[in-house]
Amino acid sequence: MAEALLRVFRGDKDGGQSVDYKVPLAPGMVVLDALHSIQAHQSPDLAVRWNCKAAKCGSCSAEVNGRPRLTCKTRMDSLPLDQPVTVSPLKSFPVIKDLVTDVSWNYKVNKKIPAFKPQPNVEWKMDQRDVDRVQEFRKCIECFLCQNVCHVLRDHQKHEAFGGPRFFVRAAGLEMHPLDGLSRTSLLKSELGIGYCNITKCCTEVCPEEIHITDNAIIPLKERVVDEFYDPVTMLFRKLRGS
Amino acid sequence: MTSSYETHEHDVLIIGAGGAGLRAAIEAVAQGARVGLICKSLLGKAHTVMAEGGIAAAMANVDKADDWRTHFCDTMRGGKFVNNWRMAQLHAQEAPDRVRELEQWGALFDRTPTGDILQRAFGGHTFKRLCHVGDRTGLELIRTLQDRGVELGIDVFMECTVTRLLKDGDRVAGAFGYWREQGRFVAFKAKSIVIATGGIGKAWRVTSNSWEYTADGMALAYEAGAELMDMEFVQFHPTGMVWPPGVQGILVTEAVRGEGGILRNKLGERFMEKYDPKRMELSTRDVVARSIYTEVREGRGTEHGGAYLDISHKPAEYVKKKLPSMYHQFKELADVDITKGPMEVGPTCHYMMGGIRVEAETAASTVPGLFAAGEAAAGLHGSNRLGGNSLSDLLVFGRRAGKAATEFAAKSSSPNFDPAQLADAERDMLAPFESVDGEFPYPIHHDLQETMGSLVGIFRNEEDLKKALVNLDALKPRLAKVRIDGSRMFNPGWHLTRDLKNLLLISEAVARCALARRESRGAHSRIDFPGYDPEWEKKNNIIVNEGGAMALHQRPVPEIPAELKQLLEEKK
Repeated sequence: MAEALLRVFRGDKDGGQSVDYKVPLAPGMVVLDALHSIQAHQSPDLAVRWNCKAAKCGSCSAEVNGRPRLTCKTRMDSLPLDQPVTVSPLKSFPVIKDLVTDVSWNYKVNKKIPAFKPQPNVEWKMDQRDVDRVQEFRKCIECFLCQNVCHVLRDHQKHEAFGGPRFFVRAAGLEMHPLDGLSRTSLLKSELGIGYCNITKCCTEVCPEEIHITDNAIIPLKERVVDEFYDPVTMLFRKLRGS
Repeated sequence: MTSSYETHEHDVLIIGAGGAGLRAAIEAVAQGARVGLICKSLLGKAHTVMAEGGIAAAMANVDKADDWRTHFCDTMRGGKFVNNWRMAQLHAQEAPDRVRELEQWGALFDRTPTGDILQRAFGGHTFKRLCHVGDRTGLELIRTLQDRGVELGIDVFMECTVTRLLKDGDRVAGAFGYWREQGRFVAFKAKSIVIATGGIGKAWRVTSNSWEYTADGMALAYEAGAELMDMEFVQFHPTGMVWPPGVQGILVTEAVRGEGGILRNKLGERFMEKYDPKRMELSTRDVVARSIYTEVREGRGTEHGGAYLDISHKPAEYVKKKLPSMYHQFKELADVDITKGPMEVGPTCHYMMGGIRVEAETAASTVPGLFAAGEAAAGLHGSNRLGGNSLSDLLVFGRRAGKAATEFAAKSSSPNFDPAQLADAERDMLAPFESVDGEFPYPIHHDLQETMGSLVGIFRNEEDLKKALVNLDALKPRLAKVRIDGSRMFNPGWHLTRDLKNLLLISEAVARCALARRESRGAHSRIDFPGYDPEWEKKNNIIVNEGGAMALHQRPVPEIPAELKQLLEEKK
């Protein structure tokens, strides 16, 4: 039977090394299947997160041959199998063990964003076209691949000052909700640091839900921040009002 | 007393953070309780995200004639009248409000041309009733509830597994568990507990369920003395993926058929004409699953042992818009473009109708202070659940459980538990590290799945079920000696040793109930007893722990009041 060689990171916060495993191939096999095979037959304590196995829950994120991927959606036959398939944990978050990382920072950022608040006394009718725009953002499965690949987080570790693409997507979904009554532009400018994003579109490239993160979420939000805080007319008005 | 363990104290402790657990938590906080919410995975990953087709609620946005009465009748008829009628009534009456509430919290459903929530057709529902968001309704529901829960400041304990309920005399007093991450133990003290842990899908190999669904809540409740009910009723969803092998069992939403998908065998015959000419593809799940299974068994299956499900007669853009995740799932995992050709599908274990026996109004189990909602509870769906009735179940009875658990807590003093319970629970968890001659858990799990798949599947008979019980018995000593390598830190093998105990225990309950019910009804099909037995229409099977031994009894199905009985007659 044909085999693949997987080179999987084994270790914890104190370090570790890659370990090679030979795994028998099956038609249509995905990387997560190969990891499960290692658990069942070679190393029962290999740590990996997963749930739905159908690209709907965003649990099984890892870096396959250096690229951030959902392992449940990455077919073995899409990879060059004449060389080892490397599987390593997301780089932007601290390793807990093997392929499991500490993503709790994301949950902390999420808490900063005020939830949906309907406009008062609004009639509960919406046009599908307005809903379409927001539904794109609500497709997000929180796999955090966009957070992992964003260089503001990955290379510059601005976790304290920057919210990251996932939370710009969430904020966009709220800001563009046809019936929402709050404004989150001040939060986006200050605490979520949207200004750090220089729209390199790395997040859009890795999104398994194909959300146009940069074009449809981040750029329109940046425009709102500019309109509110940097528009000369508004600035003058604000100065005159003394606010 | 609990000084050696990290201990948390709440009024209401909720185990499980899918739709039912989150909705219960939201309600309990709204009623003023201090709430703790525990989940085995990260928040927002529970299997509710896999619900695709929609939420059933008689809002009458599309079909004006719909109302709760028709929804009630559909649910009772789908469940073949062994449902708890009061649960079916409350569910049908309250579902529309629960959906509207979701929109108040930010959910965005697909719209009708007049701007209301759009509803689609589904199996067994008389009218277009399922509120939906393309084919990712469950994600919308869980994310909305998650955001609401976070906004309300619920204490969430992620990646934490409860292994035992603690008692103070008859009543519940808390829970013992471990953090998956570090493997440290943790104790929770609570005045009341809501179980919302879902089902037992991982007892079958071909399943739509993830690793989490190991009957934990049912086993915890059983061991704490609660009654389980109707465990023979396991739903096999008619349409799971069958090829390639790695994706076998992954759900193919019923919305494909709701949107007009047609089932054919390898001869090109639209075989549902034989089995249910009136409702065809939109017959109930038990019927469609048996039909596909029969076609395959009689040699008319597809290349990989399934049926063809075809939606490619609809415009490609429409399919991509209404079934986006199906489109991607097949394209990426099976190299099939569903806008151009048919999918191959076959039955997959999907849902447990049985579970913890609860009171309709309060979701209270038979143990004081212990409540249950969602798939972990029994009663609403009878012998077969209609598609779309699960998401509405989570919301209606999640809310009711949260409310009743808060009321119970408000009337109760702070409980105490004997530290010996904690020490015993800890010993249980550490045993696999000390075992020397045992085997790893994976082969045991494999053998359990083989038994349940081949002997307690869609079609059953006495001989198979008896054999299944013998096989399950033989797994017990193997599991008692189970061994594990490595440390306590995020060790999936170790976690499985514990989950397997729940699976084995509750699989036995399933097989015992299936053996006892000598008739075919809903999802329970006995080859040796192929027809309905009117006597069994009056009985629910009950499983209870009697001094450490599993006992089986029957209870009468609650009698339907005259006016509802008449309604069922009228809407026949």
